[in-house]
Amino acid sequence: MENHPLEYDYTVAKMFMLTTIILGIVGMLIGVILAFQLAYPGLNLMLGEGLAEYTNFSRLRPLHTDAVVFGFTLSGIFATWYYIGQRVLKVSMAESKLLMFLGKLHFWLYLVVIVAAVVSLFMGITSSKEYAEFEWPIDILVVVVWVIFGAGMFGLIGIRREKSLYISVWYYIATFLGIAMLYLFNNMAIPTMFGVSDIGESGVGVWYHSVSMYAGTNDALVQWWYGHNAVAFGFTVPIVAMIYYFLPKESGQAIYSYKLSLLSFWALMFLYLWAGGHHLLYSTVPDWLQTMGSIFSVILILPSWGSAINMLLTMKGEWQQVAASPLIKFMVLSSTFYMFSTLEGPIQAIKSVNAIAHFTDWIVGHVHDGTLGWVGFMIMAALYHMAPRLFKREIYSKSLMTAQFWIQTVGVVLYFTSMWIAGITQGMMWRAHDEFGNLAYSFIDTVTVLHPYYVIRSVGGLLYLIGFFMFAYNIYKTMSARKVEESELQNATPMGA
Amino acid sequence: MFHWLEKHPFFFSVAVFLVISFAGLVEILPNFAQQSRPTIGTAPYSTLELAGRHVYIKNSCNACHSQLVRPFKSETDRYGHYSLSGEYAYDRPFLWGSKRTGPDLMRVGNYRTTDWHENHMKDPASVVPGSIMPAYRWMYINNTDINTAFAEQLTIAQFFSVPYNKPVPMKDGSSIIVKMGGSVAEANALALEEAKVIVADMKDQDVKDAVARGEIPEIVAIIAYMNSLK
Repeated sequence: MENHPLEYDYTVAKMFMLTTIILGIVGMLIGVILAFQLAYPGLNLMLGEGLAEYTNFSRLRPLHTDAVVFGFTLSGIFATWYYIGQRVLKVSMAESKLLMFLGKLHFWLYLVVIVAAVVSLFMGITSSKEYAEFEWPIDILVVVVWVIFGAGMFGLIGIRREKSLYISVWYYIATFLGIAMLYLFNNMAIPTMFGVSDIGESGVGVWYHSVSMYAGTNDALVQWWYGHNAVAFGFTVPIVAMIYYFLPKESGQAIYSYKLSLLSFWALMFLYLWAGGHHLLYSTVPDWLQTMGSIFSVILILPSWGSAINMLLTMKGEWQQVAASPLIKFMVLSSTFYMFSTLEGPIQAIKSVNAIAHFTDWIVGHVHDGTLGWVGFMIMAALYHMAPRLFKREIYSKSLMTAQFWIQTVGVVLYFTSMWIAGITQGMMWRAHDEFGNLAYSFIDTVTVLHPYYVIRSVGGLLYLIGFFMFAYNIYKTMSARKVEESELQNATPMGA
Repeated sequence: MFHWLEKHPFFFSVAVFLVISFAGLVEILPNFAQQSRPTIGTAPYSTLELAGRHVYIKNSCNACHSQLVRPFKSETDRYGHYSLSGEYAYDRPFLWGSKRTGPDLMRVGNYRTTDWHENHMKDPASVVPGSIMPAYRWMYINNTDINTAFAEQLTIAQFFSVPYNKPVPMKDGSSIIVKMGGSVAEANALALEEAKVIVADMKDQDVKDAVARGEIPEIVAIIAYMNSLK
């Protein structure tokens, strides 16, 4: 065999990179529209009375969450897997026709799911469960896509040359297993076409409708065991996989501590699943479950900070890189937002804090400092690192990237600070009593007071979206930027002015 | 051990799966052993109410409105008695929501009327000045899908023993029977009967005419559903 470096095949990675960017734009654009609708309700009619049903806040809201979760984030996870997987396992997808076929099938079926999901959500076909809105026909498709993803992953692992699995691969495996388990159990439902009437009619009503296997409190319990851990295995685990690969690679630094990564991984796997109960504090689920949710949320700080600190210490002695490279900036800030968000979450999970925070915008703020700051920044950083290696060209513009970094950082800060204030203000007003023991405010008082914060939040979200457009443009221009040699692609990503 | 696991992907995956499934086994399974039992006074949804619940879900009302009164004085003052687990026994799916952009609706049937909803859904700010809720005018035009609601009733009666056409105990010691049709035609007739009661309190002439023609606009169904929330 000739002695030359292994050429990896990034065909599938490129496909998913495209959907990451397109669905990112779609999801974030809808998010910005929603934010402005809350500040200026007239925008619910932005396309006129005739289309009001489809431009209305409540119809768009699941589209926003699902587009960023199942569109942007999942595409980013797949794109990075089809990049990192080959490199850390030291095997090319081109070596196996079957794996290549599975990879492409994975992409095209995924697209089918996305189209079906968008159409059905616009039509108002939803199970109502957050991040699990799809009806059973789409659910089945999702499972098929997931199984193909897993088959491709384990196939690649099966023909690997590097026998030891790198840390990132642990996290990708966990992503696959975790989502599979959660999605299956949470979406258990019986299609209503199986109902038979007294005179023998069946298949009554629309064919795609189903009814949940679980009722009331049990349904809530399963949904938030899912909802919370979909965040774990969609927004945490695979993003940690990315940073464990891209930060050392980009900075040329070895991971600070192997033992810390080991501890963080297994502790995260064990602890995360218990914490779903913190979404149900003061609800009708058993008290011991609520307490478990609180306690495990607080303990969860340990593995979360373990990973984040491991990343920050990986930069030890090399902090000048943060100043020099916008790509390192993205990853270091991403890691910092991870720490921030995983401290904020446990605070909100403490029962007395949750009494104020639950149902308010503070929760929305928390979600967004995690998703915009941690998930969004890391996926964009990953794509920035990958693009020159996929296209053998330097990043089109470093200064554009730096500008994007600051615009988006300001956007995130505006977003979460305004939502903190809004949430705590509203939470306090809901519970305020006057001197006679009557409620001090009517509900609408607690809504109108939020207007300025809703405006600030909209601006924050808009800045982030503008930054995302800059990102998309930068990646697009990279495809025709200066060509680079293989040797330039060892560590720090080459960037044009 | 960990070094060994890292070289053996199969056993690694098994280990991860065991570790992540542990919490679910401990936290969720025991709760399922106790089936949700309805509290006295909790009845299954009628055909029209269930269809209205579908309209509620279709429009993601749960994105902004909770249906969960927490056991705090401020909440019981505002919304009524705090929620009990058994009150949700017939809720598939549960609709607790996770955000109160608007107020809780767990017991909205206790303090809002058909007339109020009719005005409110058409132009929220006319009833609640300052409201940021959008209008839902298409609900006055679109017709309700009664057949699907009926199919769901059949399914839950069959698979989950939801007591349709059977006496359900009420708080005052009496009992009521929630009727379910024996056929699609019967179910539609039942729903229309319910709809007539609702429209009697409405003033929108187009909606009244539609019901007189035998159609049921979505607004009628969703009001029936909201009136049932007590």
